[in-house]
Amino acid sequence: MSDYTLTELMAVTAAHEIQEGEVVFAGTGLPMLGAMLAQRTHAPGCCIIFEAGTVASQLAHLPMSVGDPRAMRGAATAAGLSEVFSYVLQAGRVDVGFLSGAQIDRYGNINSTSIGLDPGHPQVRFSGSGGACDIACLARRTVIIALHEKRRFPDKIHYVTSPGWLEGGESRERAGLVRGGPDVVVTTKGVMRFRPDTKAMYLASYHPGLTALDVAQDTGFPLDVSEAVQTPSPDPQELRILREVVDPERVFRK
Amino acid sequence: MPSKVIPLAQAAALVPDGATLSLGGFTTQRHPMAFVYELIRLRRRNLYLFGHSPGGDWDILIGAGCVKRVELAYEADEAFATIGPRWRLAAERGQIEWEDYSNFSMVARFTAGAMGIPFMPLRSLLGSDVLARGGLSAEARAADPRTSALKLFEMQSPFDPRDRVVLVPAIHTDFAILHVQKATANGIVRIEGQTFADVQQALCAETVIVTCEEIVAEESLRSEPERNLIPMFAVHYVCPVPWGAHPYAVFNCYDYDPRQLKRYHGCAESDAGFQTYLDQYVLGVKTHVEYLNAIGGAERLESLAADPAYGYRPDLQRRRLDE
Repeated sequence: MSDYTLTELMAVTAAHEIQEGEVVFAGTGLPMLGAMLAQRTHAPGCCIIFEAGTVASQLAHLPMSVGDPRAMRGAATAAGLSEVFSYVLQAGRVDVGFLSGAQIDRYGNINSTSIGLDPGHPQVRFSGSGGACDIACLARRTVIIALHEKRRFPDKIHYVTSPGWLEGGESRERAGLVRGGPDVVVTTKGVMRFRPDTKAMYLASYHPGLTALDVAQDTGFPLDVSEAVQTPSPDPQELRILREVVDPERVFRK
Repeated sequence: MPSKVIPLAQAAALVPDGATLSLGGFTTQRHPMAFVYELIRLRRRNLYLFGHSPGGDWDILIGAGCVKRVELAYEADEAFATIGPRWRLAAERGQIEWEDYSNFSMVARFTAGAMGIPFMPLRSLLGSDVLARGGLSAEARAADPRTSALKLFEMQSPFDPRDRVVLVPAIHTDFAILHVQKATANGIVRIEGQTFADVQQALCAETVIVTCEEIVAEESLRSEPERNLIPMFAVHYVCPVPWGAHPYAVFNCYDYDPRQLKRYHGCAESDAGFQTYLDQYVLGVKTHVEYLNAIGGAERLESLAADPAYGYRPDLQRRRLDE
């Protein structure tokens, strides 16, 4: 990969998942890069919401927390978590939410709680849900951002912090969830989507410099790669805005 | 109306061992840190903490051995550290008891307590292990009235059985401690910027202690009542503590302190390092003023002061702190 980094490719790929005019529930890190880039390029009318209370921020500086004072910049309204979770997220007004986690299975269920079979006695403890479980349950669709390693995409995850398509098929609906589900997984190796009927993950694209087989070999469950193409490279204009406008401080850009 | 203003040390001494409490703020913002440092100096033990997304306020209390049980959705300083190091170690070593929720469910639990109702129905959590599994056993719950008898309860709506909801139990804590920008001596509270869940946390607590950057005249807050969030009858004590949330941000007042947060996270990964940090910045100083001198004094604080046009510090150095 020549004139851009993996983080830059992922930020641009994530930004493309946001359409003009959409309500976006963004988290710390890459989702902030993607959302701010989308707002400065193809989706100037997208509405960026942070769970700590701000709605429709016009970010001038990248926040390092979803409650960062920087999220106040140009916001349409500011209140607290209750207002955002109740009236915006639960009410069905969020088009796209971003998620990440330590383990992801073939149906896009995510673990960000702990490794170990008994969550009361974890081998490794992570930060916990935060708002992730709520976003996974209640956004109209979700975009998952992840490091792609075999152990992070296992056959079975140890704890379902954020429900995806559960056991596949119609199991999500049967659990009582009223909408949503994972739409796409953007990783350090490629882009995965889900089959409309089985809800199983398949490889949509592999990043430049890799092959479809490379990605399948670094995945702990069978990954259908039959339709995979190469992930498009970021265009120079997007890269320029990402570097000069979105994250000149290199807060998240590597 | 009588003044509720008392010194910080006197307010912290009100919290006994074994108390249930919640602390205001969110990850790297507006935690009552000066109060937290006082609790550590008082060597409080067996505290029960309730929160949605705390950060280093909980982490340093857990590390200092003050905490027995937590109910939470998240504990980290977000971009500064993806999990609080002392919380992670305490959980992995079995030194703390906990129950996992999500941010929405914890905030709904505070809301139910604040509204005086026993629970709140949500459409979240369905299909997750947050709903299906628990960290605390039924016996542990039954043995201690400070913890709800049930973690969660799933049911069909009595109005339409096709609607499935999860009931979350109300929280009532002994104390809520908030750090805010402005309060009056008799306890009217003005919060600027995001409010997080401070209001709900305050209104479900038996005793509310507010530490503030500034005590202001009553008429200045009463002239714009729509901007005030908590009335005086809900607030019991007020402590003026400038820079009381350092190293965390207070909108319109100061930014987070990336250098101090880096120091904390550099130290807190090891037991010896954490003890060194505690000795240097908490146990080795007697007051918050001494703490502020220890972290770099007026010169350091000035470099964090908010630009009034932004409410934060646009030129804050957030990366490459060693250069």
